[in-house]
Amino acid sequence: MRYLPKSPADREAMLRAIGARSIDDLFAPIPNEYRLNRDLRLPRQMSEPEILEWFQKCSRENGKGLPSFLGAGAYHHYRPVVIDTIISRGEFLTAYTPYQAEISQGTLQSIFEFQTMICELTGMEVANASMYDGSTATAEAATMAMRVSGRRRVVMARSVHPEYREVLATYGQHQDMPLTAVGFGENGRVKMAELERILGEDCACLVVQSPNFFGTIEDVPALAELARSKGALLVVAIAEAVSLGIVKPPAEADIVAMEAQSFGVPLGFGGPYAGVIATREKYVRQMPGRLVGETRDKHGKRGYVLTLATREQHIRREKATSNICTNQALIALMANVFMTVYGREGLKELAKQNLAKTAYARQHFGRHGKALFDGAPVFNEFVLQTVEDPYVINSRLLEENIVGGFPLKKFYPELGNAALWCCTETTTRASIDAVGAVLARAQTAGKRRPEPEPEVVR
Amino acid sequence: MSQVKKATRHVNQNEGLIFEKSSPGKAAWRLPPLDVPEVDTADLLGEAERADLGHMPEVSEIEIIRHFTRLSTWNYAIDLGMYPLGSCTMKYNPRINEAVSRFEGLANGHPYQPERISLGALRILKTLTDCLLEITGMQAITLQPAAGAHGELTGILLVRAFLQKQGNPRKKILIPDSAHGTNPATAAMAGYAVENLKSNSAGMVDVASLAAQMNEDVAALMLTNPNTLGVFEQEIHKIADILHGKGGLLYMDGANMNALVGKVRPGDFGVDVMHLNLHKTFSTPHGGGGPGSGPVACKNFLEPFLPVPVIVTKADGTLGFDYNRPQSIGRVRAFYGNFGMHVRALAYIMANGPDGLRQTTEDAVLNANYIRKGLEGVYDLPYKTPTMHEVVFSDRVQAKKGVRTGDLAKRLIDYGFHPYTVSFPLIVPGAMMIEPTESESKEELDLFVDAMKSIAEECEKAPDVVLEAPHSTRVSRLDEVAAARKPVLRWKP
Amino acid sequence: MAYPKNFKYTKEHEWIKADGGTATVGITTYAQESLGDIVFVELPKVGAELSAGKSFGTVESVKAVSDLYAPASGTVTEVNQDLATAPEKINSDAHGSWMIKLKLKDPKELNALLSADDYEKFVAEETH
Repeated sequence: MRYLPKSPADREAMLRAIGARSIDDLFAPIPNEYRLNRDLRLPRQMSEPEILEWFQKCSRENGKGLPSFLGAGAYHHYRPVVIDTIISRGEFLTAYTPYQAEISQGTLQSIFEFQTMICELTGMEVANASMYDGSTATAEAATMAMRVSGRRRVVMARSVHPEYREVLATYGQHQDMPLTAVGFGENGRVKMAELERILGEDCACLVVQSPNFFGTIEDVPALAELARSKGALLVVAIAEAVSLGIVKPPAEADIVAMEAQSFGVPLGFGGPYAGVIATREKYVRQMPGRLVGETRDKHGKRGYVLTLATREQHIRREKATSNICTNQALIALMANVFMTVYGREGLKELAKQNLAKTAYARQHFGRHGKALFDGAPVFNEFVLQTVEDPYVINSRLLEENIVGGFPLKKFYPELGNAALWCCTETTTRASIDAVGAVLARAQTAGKRRPEPEPEVVR
Repeated sequence: MSQVKKATRHVNQNEGLIFEKSSPGKAAWRLPPLDVPEVDTADLLGEAERADLGHMPEVSEIEIIRHFTRLSTWNYAIDLGMYPLGSCTMKYNPRINEAVSRFEGLANGHPYQPERISLGALRILKTLTDCLLEITGMQAITLQPAAGAHGELTGILLVRAFLQKQGNPRKKILIPDSAHGTNPATAAMAGYAVENLKSNSAGMVDVASLAAQMNEDVAALMLTNPNTLGVFEQEIHKIADILHGKGGLLYMDGANMNALVGKVRPGDFGVDVMHLNLHKTFSTPHGGGGPGSGPVACKNFLEPFLPVPVIVTKADGTLGFDYNRPQSIGRVRAFYGNFGMHVRALAYIMANGPDGLRQTTEDAVLNANYIRKGLEGVYDLPYKTPTMHEVVFSDRVQAKKGVRTGDLAKRLIDYGFHPYTVSFPLIVPGAMMIEPTESESKEELDLFVDAMKSIAEECEKAPDVVLEAPHSTRVSRLDEVAAARKPVLRWKP
Repeated sequence: MAYPKNFKYTKEHEWIKADGGTATVGITTYAQESLGDIVFVELPKVGAELSAGKSFGTVESVKAVSDLYAPASGTVTEVNQDLATAPEKINSDAHGSWMIKLKLKDPKELNALLSADDYEKFVAEETH
């Protein structure tokens, strides 16, 4: 086995040193009746070229390279080459959690920089070293709000990513957390009048997403004011981090729960990603997740350590308040490099391109369907209602090697034939125009007699 | 330091924070020209438009490369040498894992792309599923949990959902005193009270007290096997019988599964549900603290409760996701889990095959026993029970000179090694928990044993050298108290 | 170690000093020594109702969290705000750094607690 650095003679010598006759002696503690006396039924040991070939085939059969209009919580942005150069360094890739500060300063300082940049971008005072992803960060933000407020009920907007809502429901089911939903209005934003009725003095927090699942930017200051008037905290989830380049940060929020995937993390069929929780300084001890702090060493030299560890599972044990016991260090490093590459000006320009492409597509597609939720700004996603079923439209598009928008029927049946379309800086005008042409055909088809239906893709 | 064979000092570069290098007008980016009309952002966004990006850095590409490269050289890593962190399983991370995970179709696959163009990803998930079930001897699995602790929570939620359906979710979870802190934390998160289970003098679950503590209030026992002392629970069948006899379930924390692969299967010794840590047993990189991946495997009777979605083979023979699962505990993470880690773990399993995996387990156990033999008599060995993949010593002898486990660990750094796990498990005062993994050669193990012996001698002759270690690092003994009293958690201009 | 004679002590290492119907509570020198450098103290709000033997807060060192147990039942009338920013005061003067003041529900509860002598004996046994 090519990963094992021992010759048969080494093994023999070691067994002799131990005083064992054979390796079986060392497994004697396992009762005989349970021992596996056969080979595992697994693929045989494969060579490197065989493994490459097997995964190449999988890669080819996985939508390789098709232009896509999917967003919905996972975004295709360009990844600067230096990201993989840096994260491939063995010192980052193959290091453990930086518990031994003296030989982990590289990881620690980079996390400290990450925390700083997340604060700058979100308008919060403190940020942690990362969480599993945006969905679990949002759930943990809600339970954190319960601890801060001493209240239990959580109000969550229906315009929050449906899978984030499902995760929150799972996390809350044994924590005595009543969950109430608040709907969205004609402009795609949280319905303020309904919220005012729902939000009570028993509410720990209001959870919204901005830009929300429909791409619509919420009126965070107004939501914060309403939440505050009831003594509830405002949790703002951000699924599309690039929006922070041009959209005002949710500085009025009490907790920001963010998905950092857009910052240089591959789509990777859904993971690994990196969530983040950022909040106000006064809540730092209620915040889940690892934190890096600056300090001095015994010679007075600046250095970094993991700090406030008493909030963590391995110390608090059954009194722990959070499920997180690790972070997503390598993914946070990707985000860190991405933020550093684009920086103060680049991130703004990048966000502007997303905005421009999306505005173009929205206007273009709007001629062949109805762009919903007019009346409030969107970032890089929008909802288009069509005459024809979006699954049928997507099948037509796939025949032209384009992946269409995300059909909303599954989560929002009330929107009818609607899909969520996303454009990033990687979306070309040519592909937008190509979709426009297919939509135009679909529109005519829907009005007159149906075209022969393609095989529907789900 | 004359005895130090593995490491020498070398120059390393100083480097400040990235913000300290920033100045307006520097840039490491360039966007392609916009191929659609420019937009008036104020017009589109109105009140929601952002004014500026505060103190985000402005630096060039060469500065970025140097910055992170310099930082990286301040880290220890498995690529540099032995990382004997007990319970953490720091093994070699094969590079082919990284290569295949970056193939374009896998790296750029969108989680919501139609199943028809996701066959590659689905095949990977299904193949890994089949492999993990065969390795564990279990019957159903979810790959969704993002890490070990997340897997634990998922597993206990399955237990709870099953018992709830029987009419009573029960009240408590039994946890041995040698367990990882995540176990009690998990039980509490799932709404259970935690009851401690004492270990016997051999470091194993005391079967008599388990029998006494077991009753109809107990939902499950969370057991790590081999446990955190590196000891296989020999009476595992009795343990399982006691639990099952009173309607409780046996949860296995699979943190130490790397001691069992190819030799014995938890599904065969009575385990009902367990999690795996792909970053421990299946070689996905630790990355400085994540991403992990914590699949949960279970017996068929727990299958209806698995998180949505699960992978199924559809009527036409193609693979797909099944979302229609009314009894499911729900979702524990958006999308399907840390897919990139699934890719890596599968590449590892393929590179090993059944024979390689078994040899890997054997070498891991061989290495731990070799270290045990080499250090027995030099350091106190509180439990003499046979060792599997890791061995726990204590600082009892050295403590007499005022040197504690944490000091010994820091001194190891000067010898070119990463410290072992300090002060865990809690049942061993002054614990030194050593797990070499299979990735170490006899030469590296000999160097480690020499270093540990040399440190023990220093404790006798010159304890101050140990107490003030490390001496060879950029920074030494950082002030953690000051960091926690007045936290500075971000840079400010 | 000098344990003030006019204090009463718990086996969980809190001290309480009663003055008629009110009392002051803190942790002992022994407790602060075994905790090490204290970095944070979490205390209840004024008005909180405490019951004897139940946790009323936590005290944290870098790598440990310990519960604080109420030596007697009563209502919190005052909280030592200094400890929020200077928890190290407990390390330098544990018996002088009070944590909370209580309006006692039943001053007779204190009779069940340890005297300075008994506490000293208890500690000596525990360190054995």
